[in-house]
Amino acid sequence: MKRSKLGFWLFLAPCLISFAIVVLIPTIIGIYYSLTDWKGSGNANFIGFENYIKLFTNDNSNFWYSFGYTALFAVTAVICINVVGFALALLVTKKFRGATLLRGIFFMPNLIGGLLLGFAWQFIFKQVFNAIYTATGMEFFRNWLTDSTTGFFALLIVMVWQMGGYMMIIYIAAIQNIPDSVIEASAIDGAGGWRRLFSITIPMVVPAFTVGLFLMLSNSFKLFDQNLALTKGGPNHCNEMLALNIYNSAFVSNETGYAQAKAVIFLISVATISIIQLIATKRAEVET
Amino acid sequence: MTGENKFFKYLKIVIGFLVAILFLLPIFILLMDSFKNQRGILTDVLGWPNPFIFDNYPKAMEKMNFFNSLWNSVWITVVSTALILLFSSMAAWVLVRYKTKISKVMFILFAVALLIPFQCVMLPLMSIMGSKEVFSITLGDATFALNGLNILNPFGLVFTYLGFGCSMAIMLYHGFIKGVPEELEEAAMIDGCSMFKTFWKIVFPLLSPINTTVAILQIMWIWNDYLLPSLVLKEQSWYTLPLQTSKFFSTFTSSWDIATAALILSMLPVVIFYLIAQKKIIKGVVDGAIK
Repeated sequence: MKRSKLGFWLFLAPCLISFAIVVLIPTIIGIYYSLTDWKGSGNANFIGFENYIKLFTNDNSNFWYSFGYTALFAVTAVICINVVGFALALLVTKKFRGATLLRGIFFMPNLIGGLLLGFAWQFIFKQVFNAIYTATGMEFFRNWLTDSTTGFFALLIVMVWQMGGYMMIIYIAAIQNIPDSVIEASAIDGAGGWRRLFSITIPMVVPAFTVGLFLMLSNSFKLFDQNLALTKGGPNHCNEMLALNIYNSAFVSNETGYAQAKAVIFLISVATISIIQLIATKRAEVET
Repeated sequence: MTGENKFFKYLKIVIGFLVAILFLLPIFILLMDSFKNQRGILTDVLGWPNPFIFDNYPKAMEKMNFFNSLWNSVWITVVSTALILLFSSMAAWVLVRYKTKISKVMFILFAVALLIPFQCVMLPLMSIMGSKEVFSITLGDATFALNGLNILNPFGLVFTYLGFGCSMAIMLYHGFIKGVPEELEEAAMIDGCSMFKTFWKIVFPLLSPINTTVAILQIMWIWNDYLLPSLVLKEQSWYTLPLQTSKFFSTFTSSWDIATAALILSMLPVVIFYLIAQKKIIKGVVDGAIK
């Protein structure tokens, strides 16, 4: 078949042009900005690695606190979301009346945007929790979202609520891929429910587990909407995650060059997670 | 089935329904409170609405310009998704069928871009889309300045979605098209079909399973997206639903009566869409995550 070069480029052009303008060129310009003292308007002077040096030695914008907070949150959220997702999957994998309905309910929060969920839960944590405290006197429900502990766990609850059903769907697909013959054989050999769970189900869904682990890790690392809507990172920046910290540097304090240096560090962190993920998934695929 | 097994089966169902109630509870409380007045919410947030009030909804609709923002959300999502489907499948098709080095390089370029978080490009992107100078270079006596494209509007937003969305879409199409036999296309081309006609009449219809997956993923992302439209859409008449909700929340921080109604209103379109297309949505999510 005759293949024209012109055809190739014509078919590629719409994606390539928008991709270049929206992703490629901004990434390059962004790295350049991180080496300048640009404040969002006026002149930009090239200052070498000064922004990075300041970031690593003398940061006064809470960046490393946010970094630690985000890392801790990402690890905690990944574990909780995957455990809840897997548990939900075990509950509804077997067909029974209502199983589809339950799946539908567990998955639904995932479709609603992070911003709306954040606002909805803000209402729950502020109004409903305080009302429960007033009614019962249980300290646990008092003053949520007013410090970093309740802010952290509130965000965790929101994320588990939102993403638990998503992971459930992925685990259900994995569990249904286990061949019936394997399960029948184990039943003939006399394996009970728990034994089957630990000796067959869990080992067989390990590949799905790697997918889920890293998907949620990079997702939680990049979390923005929920953080913004739930607490705005406050009070006093104590619940501010990385993405929001960069956003505030860029648009609230107008330290464009400095914010861009943070963004480059952010990019390197996220890219590292994703590259480890790729290697891990490839390895898992080879082994199974 | 033994008695013990049956017991566990019913226990599982009971636990399942209890957890489902727990999942629905926050939304249910929100719904209930959207029918109370401000005093009702502050004095009895958990109780049944008494008196039952419907005023919050028309008020919220008016304050957030509901139908206008709903329309903005709908057309921006639909047009962006349609463009991503068409252009990404075209791109992926030539990247698969032209087995050259350039194809490989391009494919890797699109794949690597998936790693770049939005915060990394947002500042330069805004200056490119704005109307001011992006940067200037002085060579001798002459200064070359490059100005922005001046596209901070809904059309610019659609263009931006194409740029961000095509990476993921090209990945998915690429994987699918590799499994589509080439013979049919070759026969069509020998019969004198143009390249575009071959693609449109023969290749594109074969892509319908993956089209659904890509469409669902893009719709979910674009519909719920907040940060990008908040930076691009400068005029309030262009606002999408998430934007309008957020604007509403920063203005009426303590009027929970209208705020709860506004939240329920903004969630409604998604829930309706979910009820109509649940199976397709779930299939799309699974396929999109595993590949």
